[in-house]
Amino acid sequence: MEHIVIIGNGISGVTAARHIRKNSDKKIIIVSTETDYFFSRTALMYVYMGHMKFEHIQPYENWFWKKNRIHLVKGYVERVEHTSKNLVLKNGENIAYDKLIIATGSKPNKFGWPGQDLKGVQGLYSKQDLDALEVSAPNKDVCKRAVIVGGGLIGIELAEMLRTRDIPVTFLVRETSFWNGVLPKGESQMLNEHIAEHHIDLRLETNLVEILADENGHARAVTTDKGNTIECNMVGLTAGVSPNIDFLKDSGIELGRGVKVNRYLETNIPDIYAIGDCAEQHEAIGNRRPIEAVWYTGRMMGETVAQTICGNKIQYSPGHWFNSAKFLDIEYQTYGWVFSERGMKENEQHFHWRHSQEKICITIAFHKETGLFLGINTFGIRMRHEIFDRWLTEGRNVDYVMEHLADANFDPEFYSNYEQEITSKFNSDFGKSIASKKKSLKRIFAIG
Amino acid sequence: MSTYDKSMALTGQPPKALNMGQKLATLLGMSGLGILALTLFNIDFPNKGLWLTIALSAIFIGVFWYSQAAYASKLKGIKNDGVWFKSVSSRGLWGWMSGIALTGFYIVLYFYPQYLGLVKDGENIGVIALFDPLSKMLSGNPASQWFVYGTLYTVAILAFGIKFIWKYRHNRYEKIRTVSVMFFQTAFAFLIPEIMARLNGKIPYYDLKNMWPLNYYNFERYRINGFIDSGDIGMAMLIFGILSIFVISPILTFKYGKRWYCSWVCGCGGLAETAGDSFRHLSDKSKMAWKVERWVVHSVVVFVTLMTTAVIYSYLGNDTSKYWLTKSVFLGGVALVLTAVFVWVMLFKREQLQKDAKYGAIGYFVIIMALIGLHFFSGDGNIFLFKSETLRKTYGFLIGSIFSGVIGTGFYPIFGNRVWCRFGCPMAAILGFQQRLFSRFRITTNGGQCISCGNCSTYCEMGIDVRAYAQKGENIVRSSCVGCGICSAVCPRGVLKLENGPQKGRINPTEVLLGNEVDLMDLVNQK
Repeated sequence: MEHIVIIGNGISGVTAARHIRKNSDKKIIIVSTETDYFFSRTALMYVYMGHMKFEHIQPYENWFWKKNRIHLVKGYVERVEHTSKNLVLKNGENIAYDKLIIATGSKPNKFGWPGQDLKGVQGLYSKQDLDALEVSAPNKDVCKRAVIVGGGLIGIELAEMLRTRDIPVTFLVRETSFWNGVLPKGESQMLNEHIAEHHIDLRLETNLVEILADENGHARAVTTDKGNTIECNMVGLTAGVSPNIDFLKDSGIELGRGVKVNRYLETNIPDIYAIGDCAEQHEAIGNRRPIEAVWYTGRMMGETVAQTICGNKIQYSPGHWFNSAKFLDIEYQTYGWVFSERGMKENEQHFHWRHSQEKICITIAFHKETGLFLGINTFGIRMRHEIFDRWLTEGRNVDYVMEHLADANFDPEFYSNYEQEITSKFNSDFGKSIASKKKSLKRIFAIG
Repeated sequence: MSTYDKSMALTGQPPKALNMGQKLATLLGMSGLGILALTLFNIDFPNKGLWLTIALSAIFIGVFWYSQAAYASKLKGIKNDGVWFKSVSSRGLWGWMSGIALTGFYIVLYFYPQYLGLVKDGENIGVIALFDPLSKMLSGNPASQWFVYGTLYTVAILAFGIKFIWKYRHNRYEKIRTVSVMFFQTAFAFLIPEIMARLNGKIPYYDLKNMWPLNYYNFERYRINGFIDSGDIGMAMLIFGILSIFVISPILTFKYGKRWYCSWVCGCGGLAETAGDSFRHLSDKSKMAWKVERWVVHSVVVFVTLMTTAVIYSYLGNDTSKYWLTKSVFLGGVALVLTAVFVWVMLFKREQLQKDAKYGAIGYFVIIMALIGLHFFSGDGNIFLFKSETLRKTYGFLIGSIFSGVIGTGFYPIFGNRVWCRFGCPMAAILGFQQRLFSRFRITTNGGQCISCGNCSTYCEMGIDVRAYAQKGENIVRSSCVGCGICSAVCPRGVLKLENGPQKGRINPTEVLLGNEVDLMDLVNQK
């Protein structure tokens, strides 16, 4: 019986294991040093906030693994010996494999800041990071202020977490506006305001210079390139993540920033695959980045590699881009491509609408000449994935999207609708006269 | 390990700590309860109407003020910070203490009303006497333990309903739904029956929205006589009672799912959604619990059906010339209806039933038919082996009192707020059966957007593992779902939407989620 070994029990590795089990009878082992069982990394924040206990963020009950004959090994893989198809664990144990899937995820970036390894300085990625946070920031008496470095999705989550315990937070962001390397300026501006509403001390265009230590080797303050010294007991480093592949350095597996893979998620060594955050495509797929550190893409690669391993060799060719996040109280969804001013394509044009009082806005990107719909960002409005996926596949133009926007709404029943308002702003911006159509179940569910 | 302070102190650190407003509000509410408690020791308050008003107002304003202090200064959004740190909402000491206090209250209420001050053939004393002025004002009669209970129940739904609305003020579905349960409790369960009693003394106390089999005594002899004796209005109510379960509820459940009843109208649901909201995350989500739930709740349905059949049978006559509905016609009718439902399910919905559901359905059907047959051929007075009175009393004690009251509500802080609705309510089981097999309602999963975080499952009061479906991109179509909408509210990524739509494609098991390669999705999902 073929023996599949997966390193990493995150969403990518576990998805691969589940699908291999569904399609075959192969022997499956998952090796992980982080936790006994798979948990949802994106939900770690809710444990600190008291919304859930750690057991709640484990998507499968503990009996699931045994029942599905997925063998879990807790251990740290120190070496991959591909010539003998063997893994060496830190405790000296060996695990032989026929096929190996590397799904080791990411680690927080550290850019060589002085003091970056002091006590009380950490990222927010792993279960261990969560445990460390409970030590250095259990409450506002122990942690009188926290400084977060890096204005992305993890940074704002960490800020939200600390604020639930009333810990003052200073948020250092390199950019001129929050996450404006990714978001268009109207959206980024709205988030700046929302961050302030939550009493987070947002410092834009400010970089970390040094983390200062107290006599016990614990962080006590940071200095910034604006010349400020900020007293604090905890420093969160959230300036992005990079592939967690140090253990593969001399393994003979081709590495770039991540583990280099082709479209079949194969590495340069036969029978070794890499998926999820740690995989790096030789060439980016469409507008995607070569390394996609996103929950959804990890899952998709897991689904795909399982097919290949079970004899149905298939390329990783993801469909239309989508993503989501939540910034404090504001939900964000995106379908297709909407670039920030910095990354905008030559022919990309934006339509932006923002509610006059509420923190709700959307941006629609379309082709300047042809009007082809390229993508949408929504804040505070939920949209239906299937509908946008369909419209992108059908190559609809922006007028069609505006006309049928009500079909795409996914907000709970009885919510206020803004399609009329949005369309009339669109009409006045672009001199059109589109009338927004009423929501139709027939169109939504594609019947008749 | 978490180093978070889990002591029971009301002080402590945010998000657990109460602010000054919340503390004072708690004190005010408790003082209202304190006045009621004092009357239990037969402290005779001189001006009962005034003291009752003071006590109820203190409770109401206390809850109102607490909500204001908790939520008004915060931005709109999900308010679950510290839920698992707080002693009362995480089965800590406060949780257990309130559970025991509530359970004790229900035991006294159901079995020892004399300790509340109920006096047979005489003036009430104690807490019941305190409620006399209000009862006399409404119905003209002195209060009973049920009037005291009904009043406190209504005050709880109204006060905690306001708290719920404040908490979910960003969510119109939740706001409208809560106004609806507040209205139905106040008007239908509390005021209308009292006022009808004043207008027409013969009409049995009837909360019109409380339909059989939740209202398991609706077709008992004394009530039927009461309906018939009070003329057209009584007959209209009797007919409404029959239509409710056989016509009105199937239509509404087909269109909207069982939520129209369980989380918009029902009083049990009303209390669970308002006063019980702080405990919704305590429900058991394990697969084992789901299995227990299916067997227990469907057994209750069988029990209530047998019991009601036996009770009605016991007072019908044998003489066709007097009244068309005789013992045998009735029994034959019951057998016919049950057979029709059984055959329909087995013919058209068989593939949607789990293995144990099939066994259960066949088993129970055979048992009921055997009992009916046995009776026909033996001609024995004891239908279903027991006297109808024994069945009725056992049901009333085990299900009506112990399950729905003592366990169902008393154990809110331990097992969550929907224990009764999930494991015990025969009405919920019948509506759920229909919701699963014949309804337009579903919770739609939004393509591939789920991140498996678990908020939906954790905050599902019915113990449904919502995430298990959402992370597969599959819609949630479950008989137990009461449509409270909280899974959708707490989802951080906008994945869930309660909606009514075409039955085709309502149940959509998928393996590969939306977002991956189209050919792969087709290949795997068509299989």
